[in-house]
Amino acid sequence: MTLDRRDFLKLSAAGIAIGVFPGCATSGSEIVSKKGQRVVIVGGGFGGATAAKHIRMWSDNKIEVVLIERNSKFISCPMSNTVLGGSRTISDLTQNYDTLKKKYGIEMVRGEVTAIDPQKQTVTLADGYLSYDRLIIAPGVDFMFDKIEGLNAKVADESIHHAWKAGAQTTMLRKQLESMDDGGVFAISIPKMPYRCPPGPYERACQVASYLKNNKPKSKVLILDANPDIVSKKGLFMAAWKELYPGIVEYRPNAEVKQVNVAGKTLKTEFDDVKADVLNIIPPMKAGAVAGMAGVANVDNRWCAVDFLSYESKVQKNIHVIGDSVSAALPKSGHLATSQAKVCAAAIIELMQGRQPDPDPAIANTCYSMVSSTEAVHVAHVYRYNAEKKVMLPADGGGVSASRSEVEGTLANYWLKNILSDVLL
Amino acid sequence: MKMIQHQTLTIAGAIVLLLFTATSYAEVDAHARNLAASCAACHGTNGHSVGGTPVLAGLDKALFVNQMKDFKSGARPATVMHNHAKGYTDEEFGKLADFFAAQKR
Repeated sequence: MTLDRRDFLKLSAAGIAIGVFPGCATSGSEIVSKKGQRVVIVGGGFGGATAAKHIRMWSDNKIEVVLIERNSKFISCPMSNTVLGGSRTISDLTQNYDTLKKKYGIEMVRGEVTAIDPQKQTVTLADGYLSYDRLIIAPGVDFMFDKIEGLNAKVADESIHHAWKAGAQTTMLRKQLESMDDGGVFAISIPKMPYRCPPGPYERACQVASYLKNNKPKSKVLILDANPDIVSKKGLFMAAWKELYPGIVEYRPNAEVKQVNVAGKTLKTEFDDVKADVLNIIPPMKAGAVAGMAGVANVDNRWCAVDFLSYESKVQKNIHVIGDSVSAALPKSGHLATSQAKVCAAAIIELMQGRQPDPDPAIANTCYSMVSSTEAVHVAHVYRYNAEKKVMLPADGGGVSASRSEVEGTLANYWLKNILSDVLL
Repeated sequence: MKMIQHQTLTIAGAIVLLLFTATSYAEVDAHARNLAASCAACHGTNGHSVGGTPVLAGLDKALFVNQMKDFKSGARPATVMHNHAKGYTDEEFGKLADFFAAQKR
């Protein structure tokens, strides 16, 4: 009737071998042969990895899952600002995908997607293709470098780091901070909403300020915010800046960066020229490139509209989108990417059995920000489906911390431990 | 005779297994499971916290419901949970309680 667990492990072992040694698969052939109903997932971040695990877990391993990821390791973006503050290193935030393969029998394929054919239902990579019954796109965000004159991907990699995907740039930005002279200015520019992790830039300001306070107290953090006001946890961040880092953090609203001079380390906003010693430009964002390949980035050619009962694209059948790429009145957070992934996973299991998805999803978001090396603040909300408007809306309640605390700092660390376990183990 | 007995036992075993599978499927309330899945970021997969937060797996139903009601009303002060509890109905507290109570510790 169905494959037992041992068969699955054998199959997945074979699949992994092919994935690791792409030379075995001739170009134009199927990378892992499809045996039964299959979901292919592009992107192994918080959303994609969670969807992979939960489809396997909740279907009693009956649905095949192939997870395509270009990186060999999972690096958590949540909490990565603490690398700048110095209380963590990037290796503390790095995990492997071994358990997803071994415990759940997920086929891991490492590579870069080059094309998606929604009619033939195939995903193409450099060394072959994968066919699917349903596809989940979970690419996170890409950066719109062209919105800032003088900026591009190469410049971002080499000198003006965004560090808005945790990894090499995070560590390089920390090094720039360490190399800065006392009395220097560390400028952080924030794009207009929506962008990944709304409180993230303000948390980053706290982490940089925390390092400066202890090491280079004459220095400054300058926040250039394209938005008219602090977009998340406003009172808590303002209190942290005033009480923990007096004279260090300066906040400027309505300061959208239009241009950068890389050699001169200057920025141009509509009103100002700004010179800084470290430039941390966080560019405007859009759905990851694979969303474009799948033809699902239908909102301003930038984000993806979905049916919130299944996360199926509004414009392509059998293609689902989860996480930061989704167009929604939901914050683009790691926790919500996992919550969306689970609604999507449950819906796909129902749809593949000819049934309807859960008509009444309610999902939660808990988001901590570290305002010092030990203290944190949070925002938490429940969101539920509104059948009339067909959107996710905040439920009653929800809100932010009464004040920053070390208790929340501890809870934030355990949040990371629990969510990483839920996503990857 | 021995052979037949063996076959009978195997068939019986298979039937039991099928029944068990069917039953365990029917017992899973997918909506409750989906609701509970959002708790995992802090409380672990299926309520199996890996540290720092209470283990919800195997928790007594009445205890779960009463604590959630107290978080919701403010009778029990909380750091974070009052913000979540207010977002759920009492009926949902019941569904979540059933789901977590059914998870093995």
